[in-house]
Amino acid sequence: MDITISVTDGVPIYRQIINQVKYLVASGLLQPGEELPPIRTLALQLKVTPNTIVKAYGDLEILGVVHKRRGSGTFVSEGRPQLAIRERRRVIEQRIDALLAEAHQLNFTVDDILRMVRERKVVMNPNDHAERAEVER
Amino acid sequence: MEQTVVVDVNGLSRSFGGKTALESVSFRAAAGQIYGLVGANGAGKTTLLKHLLGLLRATTGSVRVFGLDPVRDPVGVLGRVGYLSEERDLPEWMSVDELMNYSRAFHPTWDVSYARELLETFALDPAKRIKELSKGMRAQAGLIVAVAHRPQLLILDEPSSGLDAIVRRDILDAIVRAVVDDGRTVIFSSHLLDEVERMSDHVTLIHQGRVTLSGMLDDVRHSYQRSHVRFAEHFEQPPVLETALVIEGGGRTWSVVHSGSLEQFRHAVVARGGEIVESRNATLEEIFMARAGRTRQAEAA
Repeated sequence: MDITISVTDGVPIYRQIINQVKYLVASGLLQPGEELPPIRTLALQLKVTPNTIVKAYGDLEILGVVHKRRGSGTFVSEGRPQLAIRERRRVIEQRIDALLAEAHQLNFTVDDILRMVRERKVVMNPNDHAERAEVER
Repeated sequence: MEQTVVVDVNGLSRSFGGKTALESVSFRAAAGQIYGLVGANGAGKTTLLKHLLGLLRATTGSVRVFGLDPVRDPVGVLGRVGYLSEERDLPEWMSVDELMNYSRAFHPTWDVSYARELLETFALDPAKRIKELSKGMRAQAGLIVAVAHRPQLLILDEPSSGLDAIVRRDILDAIVRAVVDDGRTVIFSSHLLDEVERMSDHVTLIHQGRVTLSGMLDDVRHSYQRSHVRFAEHFEQPPVLETALVIEGGGRTWSVVHSGSLEQFRHAVVARGGEIVESRNATLEEIFMARAGRTRQAEAA
């Protein structure tokens, strides 16, 4: 499981783990039914106290993102977690904020940016005719 | 939650030749938890750890490890404790192999296969003499001696000091394994605050022989914030703000480490015609500087 911990931004480590697991689930990188790494494995990988992983997994269970199976491990729950949409929006909005700030610096209007976003989409997916039609119009 | 108390230090004071090393220090450690001890060099961390091992006798106050006095009952305590000293004082003349057999003789619980596994992981040559080992290898050999009898309490004094990243990882691995595999208690001192922040469930800050901060790491972290503040007015000198511990910056924008509630701080800022632009929990490093760095500067001045 691809998780990175930073101790410079003031966010508690268990919270960083919770956020990243939620992100991995929301983005489909972790699929329902998939098993999370055992506490020992993740603690050794991240070099953090095992009790932090216990706390993070416990909170993720309360949030309904994962569930524990007795004598087995911790698994991603079926169905998107309730916070997924808000969380996904938050991730994208951060990017948009940064984009708008940079655009403003470089004298692009919001309409310029919207047009350029569509153009880039066409470049990245040249087979997507509907989008192409939208841009040409 | 009921937790077994492993270490119980109460009102411990100690001085060396009239110089106070520890002053009414109290410290408790429960089973299955990792305790990080931080503080500047000479703050008293090693002195506290040596009391837990019975290497020093309490002048005043009491020290109990597994409910025993380590000075009066060294066998009862040391048999259940693994210790890696800051100096890694190992018998220089022995080979690594001899060191393993020697240590094993003291500990009925010595786990031969675990010791061998660690030797292989660290790629330590059993035939090599201790005095021929590099600094990192000495730390690894010392670590094996400290953990291979699977002690109930693992005490590490500056385990990462002066070591490269690879050996540091080995040491952190050993700490995690002691807690996960055996439910043991670990007390380690370190000046590497990012390591303490990652590895500790509890943190205790010792400053000039006194405990100035102690608690669950998350609770400690929640009681300090770092806020960016902007004022309408231009300040030449740092503005006086209630609950502020460290103020850096200049003019209209200042960065402040403060304790107490954010509401209380906001009040103080608004009263001076400012606003909080951004706020987050302080890092351990920022808290440490606020709690230990400042007074040191003030006294030097």
